[in-house]
Amino acid sequence: MKPESVKILIVDDEDSVRDSLCRWFKADGYCVDTAAEASAALKKLQENSYDIILLDIKMPGMDGIELQSHIKQIDKNIITIIITAYATVDTAIQAMKDGAFDYITKPIDPDELSKLVKNAIEKRRLITENIQLRQQIDELLLPDEVVGESPAIKKVMEMVNIVAKTDSTVMILGESGTGKELIARAIHSRSARKYFPIITINCGAYPEGLLESELFGHEKGAFTGALYQRKGKLEMADKGTLFLDEIGNISEKMQMDLLRAIETKKITRLGGNKSIDVDFRVISATNKDLEKAVKEGTFREDLYYRLNVFTIKLPPLRERRSDIPLLANYFLQKYRKSMNKDVTGFSPQALDMLTEYNWPGNVRELRNVIERAVVVAKGKEIKPEDLSFPFLSPLPSNMVEGESLEEVEKRHIEKILARTKGNIAQAAEILKISRLTLYNKIEKYNLKR
Amino acid sequence: MFYIYIAPIALDDHFCLERLEKELFNTFKIRTMIKNIEIDLKAAFDIARGQYNSSLILQQLVKNTPHDAKKILGVVEVDLFIPIFTFVFGEAQLNGPTALVSTHRLHNRFYGLPENNELMTERLVKEAIHELGHTFGLVHCLTPKCVMNSSTYVENIDQKTAEFCPPCEKTIKSLLNRETRFPWRNDKR
Repeated sequence: MKPESVKILIVDDEDSVRDSLCRWFKADGYCVDTAAEASAALKKLQENSYDIILLDIKMPGMDGIELQSHIKQIDKNIITIIITAYATVDTAIQAMKDGAFDYITKPIDPDELSKLVKNAIEKRRLITENIQLRQQIDELLLPDEVVGESPAIKKVMEMVNIVAKTDSTVMILGESGTGKELIARAIHSRSARKYFPIITINCGAYPEGLLESELFGHEKGAFTGALYQRKGKLEMADKGTLFLDEIGNISEKMQMDLLRAIETKKITRLGGNKSIDVDFRVISATNKDLEKAVKEGTFREDLYYRLNVFTIKLPPLRERRSDIPLLANYFLQKYRKSMNKDVTGFSPQALDMLTEYNWPGNVRELRNVIERAVVVAKGKEIKPEDLSFPFLSPLPSNMVEGESLEEVEKRHIEKILARTKGNIAQAAEILKISRLTLYNKIEKYNLKR
Repeated sequence: MFYIYIAPIALDDHFCLERLEKELFNTFKIRTMIKNIEIDLKAAFDIARGQYNSSLILQQLVKNTPHDAKKILGVVEVDLFIPIFTFVFGEAQLNGPTALVSTHRLHNRFYGLPENNELMTERLVKEAIHELGHTFGLVHCLTPKCVMNSSTYVENIDQKTAEFCPPCEKTIKSLLNRETRFPWRNDKR
């Protein structure tokens, strides 16, 4: 911080002290303001912002200690330095406990004050930098990719917001590609642990021995090839969140070890004998029916209940078709920017195809289809020929075998509402029914946005 | 014609004044003159501290400023303080007409070392230029060798030179130039 950008306020009832400090700081190039009493200081604080405030303890009316608490209420990051006489050192210590940066005893050595102010400015700079970095992190974290306005996804986000404020374990259930990791990240980024890491491990991707080493880490020489000591994911997630994906795929021994780690919040690296304290929140996800696995005895009941304090069930994309245009557009914008292509939208036929398709691979599949479409699109619009569906449904989605008439009607209304972006008049016209009938059907099928 | 007046106040160390006069002229290119000014030092004495309040001496200097003074530099031998500090080497009015320096803590004998008049004069010259620099509007400089670098102990004074660093040199030249063209500006303060 350049001296001219540092604003200092001196609060002292003694003219001579105020003047001498003011001259001293002005000679250093700082921006200096003075106040003879607490009320004047508070008034100045309402009009200006200061980096450092020097406060005399003994002042008529409100004393320095009380003034400091008022200042900290206005801005807890302002650096306060207490000015005191020898007789009031105890009070100065109290002021330090209340958040003062330091205290100076009158008269002070010029060199001491110079160093003290330099340190205070450095602390202020670090605080400001820290606030700016946190804001940047918040900005990076907030626009997560949970896109959708359907009642189903809104309910999920409500649950995310509720559970994020707690430290409970969460189990996210949903088909492959529904965005389980995204929800885990959304919970983490809204939680008090957001400034610490979220560590993800796909339990299904490792053979048992390797998973154990990945989770718990190992000491040097713990096994052949363990050339160095290595921290495990549980240790890396300290103070943060551990996201265990595909939790249904772990062995019985791993289930036992994991349960112990979650319960005791202590781990021991492979080949080590030292117990290490860890503090993490567990979010797990699976696309397996764990309840069934518990009944069949392949998944420990105690671990299941430990992981499953709060459950979030993610709807498959086919159950929230109204979100398809929103999601398609979101991915289009994303890939358009990264590929620097001038594709601005979808043709109505292409949008129909996207809305009618059954999406067995859910949002992940939709994302891949749009990414490919942006690559191959020649014009400004994505057309049906640009879309390719890797898993074509055996039947068109509007002719699903075994579906009742009501289900087909619900899906068709949903599709039309998605196409008209919720415009009731337009949708009623396309469906050739009255607006009232359409309202009744929206109510009946719970299609309200 | 405007002058930088050097006012020795109850000063026995007159040996340093001739060199001081010369160095100030070389630095500021303004004619310098030694002039005795009536100052009541006792009025600035603080019994409890056994030191002299430099701000009170400065106030007296302001009252007694000759009409043709561009700046006036008081030189004292007594130990100076301003209320919040244990001591000061000197004090100046930022953008004002007066400055004050003390030789008290510039002597080697103050630190229990053999007296060295040459070194003391060198320190006095640096502090005088520093305080007068403030009166022209310069603030402290972070360049260690620059005369405007803040000195809170005597070793600091020895480490810096009696010269301005290039940016301060540029600033002081433009300030001096402005004051030469519009001499009434600062004198009205």
